[in-house]
Amino acid sequence: MADTPMVAAHHVRLGSNSGQPMTRRDGIAKVTGTATYAADNHPQNLLHAVFAGASIARGRVTSLDIKAALAHPGVVHVMTPDNTPALSQDPDQKTTPFTARIDVLQNDKVRYAGQPIAVILAETLEAAVEGARLVKATYDSDQARIGFDDGEAFAPEAVGISTPPKFSTGDFEGNRKKATQSASVEMETPLQYHNAMETHAVVAEWDGDHVTVDMPNQAIGLAKPGIANYFGIPPENVTLRSPYLGGGFGSKAVLFGPQMLGILAAREMKRPVKLVLKRGQMFGPVQHRSATRQTVRYDMDADNRFLAFEHTANVSTSSFDNWLDGAANAGLSLYATPSISVSHSGTRFDTGTPGAMRAPGIATGSAVIECAIDVAAEKAGMDPLEFRLLNYAEKDPSNGKPYSAKALRGCYKAAADSFGWKDRPLKPRQMRDENGLLTGWGMGTSIFHAPFFPAKARAVLRKDGSARAETSGADMGQGAWTVLWQMAADGLGMAADDIEFDIGHSDLPDGSVAGGSAHTASAGGALFAAGNDVIRQLAEIATQDKDSPLFGAGNERVLGENGRLFKAEDPNVGESYTDILQRAGIEEIEGKGRGNRDKASTETYAMFSHGAVFAEVKVDPDLFQVRVTRLVGAFAAGRIINPRLAQSQLTGGMIWGVGFALHEEGIHDKRSGRPLNNDFAGYHIPVLADVPHLEALLVDEEDPHVNDLGVKGVGELGITGTVGAIANAVWHATGVRTARYPIKIEDLLKGAQALKA
Amino acid sequence: MKAFDYQRPETIAEAIKAASKPGASYYAGGTNLLDLMKVGVRTPDSLIDITRLDDLKRIEPQKDGSLRIGALVRNSDLARNVDILSDYPAIAEALLSGASGQLRNSATVGGNLMQQPRCAYFYDPHSACNLHEVGEGCDALEGENGKHAVLGWTKTCIAVHPSDFCVPLAAMGARVVVDGPDGSREISIDEFYTLPGSVQPPGSALKQGEIITAIILPSDAKRFAPRARYIKLRDRTSYAFAIVSAAAMLHIGDGRIKDARIALGGVAANPWRAREAEDTLNGAEANEASFKKAADAALADAKPSGDNAHKIELARRILVRALKAAADGTPPKMPDLPGSVFAVGKEAR
Repeated sequence: MADTPMVAAHHVRLGSNSGQPMTRRDGIAKVTGTATYAADNHPQNLLHAVFAGASIARGRVTSLDIKAALAHPGVVHVMTPDNTPALSQDPDQKTTPFTARIDVLQNDKVRYAGQPIAVILAETLEAAVEGARLVKATYDSDQARIGFDDGEAFAPEAVGISTPPKFSTGDFEGNRKKATQSASVEMETPLQYHNAMETHAVVAEWDGDHVTVDMPNQAIGLAKPGIANYFGIPPENVTLRSPYLGGGFGSKAVLFGPQMLGILAAREMKRPVKLVLKRGQMFGPVQHRSATRQTVRYDMDADNRFLAFEHTANVSTSSFDNWLDGAANAGLSLYATPSISVSHSGTRFDTGTPGAMRAPGIATGSAVIECAIDVAAEKAGMDPLEFRLLNYAEKDPSNGKPYSAKALRGCYKAAADSFGWKDRPLKPRQMRDENGLLTGWGMGTSIFHAPFFPAKARAVLRKDGSARAETSGADMGQGAWTVLWQMAADGLGMAADDIEFDIGHSDLPDGSVAGGSAHTASAGGALFAAGNDVIRQLAEIATQDKDSPLFGAGNERVLGENGRLFKAEDPNVGESYTDILQRAGIEEIEGKGRGNRDKASTETYAMFSHGAVFAEVKVDPDLFQVRVTRLVGAFAAGRIINPRLAQSQLTGGMIWGVGFALHEEGIHDKRSGRPLNNDFAGYHIPVLADVPHLEALLVDEEDPHVNDLGVKGVGELGITGTVGAIANAVWHATGVRTARYPIKIEDLLKGAQALKA
Repeated sequence: MKAFDYQRPETIAEAIKAASKPGASYYAGGTNLLDLMKVGVRTPDSLIDITRLDDLKRIEPQKDGSLRIGALVRNSDLARNVDILSDYPAIAEALLSGASGQLRNSATVGGNLMQQPRCAYFYDPHSACNLHEVGEGCDALEGENGKHAVLGWTKTCIAVHPSDFCVPLAAMGARVVVDGPDGSREISIDEFYTLPGSVQPPGSALKQGEIITAIILPSDAKRFAPRARYIKLRDRTSYAFAIVSAAAMLHIGDGRIKDARIALGGVAANPWRAREAEDTLNGAEANEASFKKAADAALADAKPSGDNAHKIELARRILVRALKAAADGTPPKMPDLPGSVFAVGKEAR
């Protein structure tokens, strides 16, 4: 991409389409059922694959009786370790990013309940499902290890995505000695399962040594070489289609065993194969959020300013891989403190391997930090908001860097004003509503990294005035089809309706990962740059063409908008894109682009999105059922491309916060290791009645450093802050702090009884 | 799921004949049975689809003042029935507190009675469960059992009956009409459910081939209509099974309770009628002291079956709440959150 300009030219402006609250451009396709999700594909001669899962969590399959399954009408083949060929790459090797150690029938070992132990291939889905039920396994099993008390402790080498497990700065011990008071909180967070509405699915069809894969995927550019490695083919022999995802939340960024088994089965059977996970199968081989056991402590001086911050997290992972949620890194850049000590330890559970789940690390860590902040505010005798403002970080406390932009003060004010926070009594158990329900108000600070990935895009302008822009980026439901389209259209200086747009396909330029809250900035930046590159070339043609009114205008002083190129200083002087190309006799101009973040900025600045969330809860004074009656958040995330969809992402994150605080919990039997609530009746997430009033305010923020366009992410921000805000509100209502999430009725009952005694 | 025969009889007699074969199972709303078939816990040889038996779809006031509800009446239709709303409001409140709109549109009255326990070990074909097969044992005993029974359990089974609807049915002494190979009979709801024994898991009084044709709500329960509530404690605001729940119905005259009906949900393998509690209220004043005494009586024999001692206290409290709410009077309009602790208005406190 030597021809790609690495700095933004000025031929187009972000803003004709971007900044508008457009509704979803894929909305009609979705509500009319014409949007094709992976499992909607039915190639001719299709075989259905269903895997049988292990019913033990640790041990070995000693025998596998597949006779009944094979005899079942419609069953064509049963894949077992005895007849399944090895992949070209050891499935315990991780040669490309976003791969994990996977289980693909390569041996008889069982590492977690629900691990695939056989794959049944049948002419109908029903036959395959029944075939899976008819597979009878016997095991040599060991006692499962589930939970921090039973799991195997170890010292991790890294947490999250290659982050060090320990960090310290400043004179931590010295500052602790100087402190006049401290506040500390110990809390546990449970296993949580991603559970996107669309379960993981794959439809695979081989043609010689080329494979076409329909599979929801958040990281097409990484999945393509990943699949190629497993199957020993060149990456260009993999076509991956993922135009729509029914949610991903991190787990669809990674290649997992079941999908690879589907692709492998298609190769073995020489027929297209479809494999779709059942809901219950989502609780094993396709990741979850680590459980954590955390301690957070803040030491303060006599003026209630922090002197030292300590955060330790014991984090769960599997017995065979090393992903750990980086919970104890969540507070590194949050509040001003001259010294910090954080560290992680690990515990191996006999579960599948965890992974990144919406706001990894920060959701989990901030859920506990925000409680500790309120405990500290209580000790200081201060209002929680005043206390946070007193300890407001002007620079990133972990490295002293200034923030690239930080409109958090504005967020605090906007949300507090809208919420009516100023009337909050300091002490708990002071408020009752007209029905006698305990009422509590709590708050939390939201923060999330603003990373940037090297995405690429292409744009084309044709002689007839039509245009096209494309990148392999992914719409997980977050609105990428719309937001990226808006940015692409601005790049071309055209209306969104006037360009063709495509994403979600591996033949397109690598749009990088839809994750880390980086997709709009990364893929959108690339699309804008690609369009811009087209208009730069167009301007060159026009300004050098004697017959053009723009002749001699100077390339840099020409702007494109609404399909017309004109002089910046005199918009009346210009002509249409079509006129320029037709006169020049050029069929089309192709532009390439990648978004850009200045390297020096990365060194100089700490880059985050911020926000503040205020929660009101009502709690029954005798029965302790909790209801979040109001959530008001205000967020600053640089330039907002589509306020409607940004708010949708933020409110979605806040609802996840409700689920984290009050509902979500993956429960496994401690003896067998099997999940006990692997359906939506048992694994609770909020229902509409749990979220009566929700507000996400957008606070203006100009971030001149984060990337050329000043765009940051909103996908994960909303969940952070919300969890702690709810826990703090529950405390404010009841006077009880529970030792674990989710906050349970029985724990509040016990806490209230203890308070009375 | 296991392959099965499917029949759709046109008459009750045909249905009974088809369902009399071992391995046959009636199918109506399918909201519970199909789930159990999918996970492989129930593997009927034949499904007898009774959804075309139109005779079972009527709600008919009887000459003696009772109300006869056909077994195939959908939960949603029953909850909006004028006679139910005016004469038996706690039934409507219980129905609307259960499941979701979609499920209530499918679920039938008879199927609601026949719901299986929601114990995770029962739902897991690999776990030991006496409801899978007598003698298998019970993995819930030493497992995750925070939601399990505190009344009427044995080590054979500690699961609870999941229905909301059946709780006010039990309180008012509804009767279940069944038809079968040996003819028709009526069973009081108390006798319809059997609690676990030393060997036998909980179940129902139905014999192979017998079909629920109707439920009869007694006419004498209408006098509770002005003071009848169902209140349910749960982990989220809607679409969750009860941790504990209570139906309370009071008949008050001259400042005294003349008659009280009480049943608890989520505490036992049946909808638990609390007659001892009712007895303490007869002739008592309708006040908190009386209600607490009644709640103590209702839970006098309760004992934890595992890590669930909190349920005993919560059951006491939900019963006091339901009694207070009933004493304050049935709301003139169905609350926005039927059965919810958040539905109880100012008047109840």
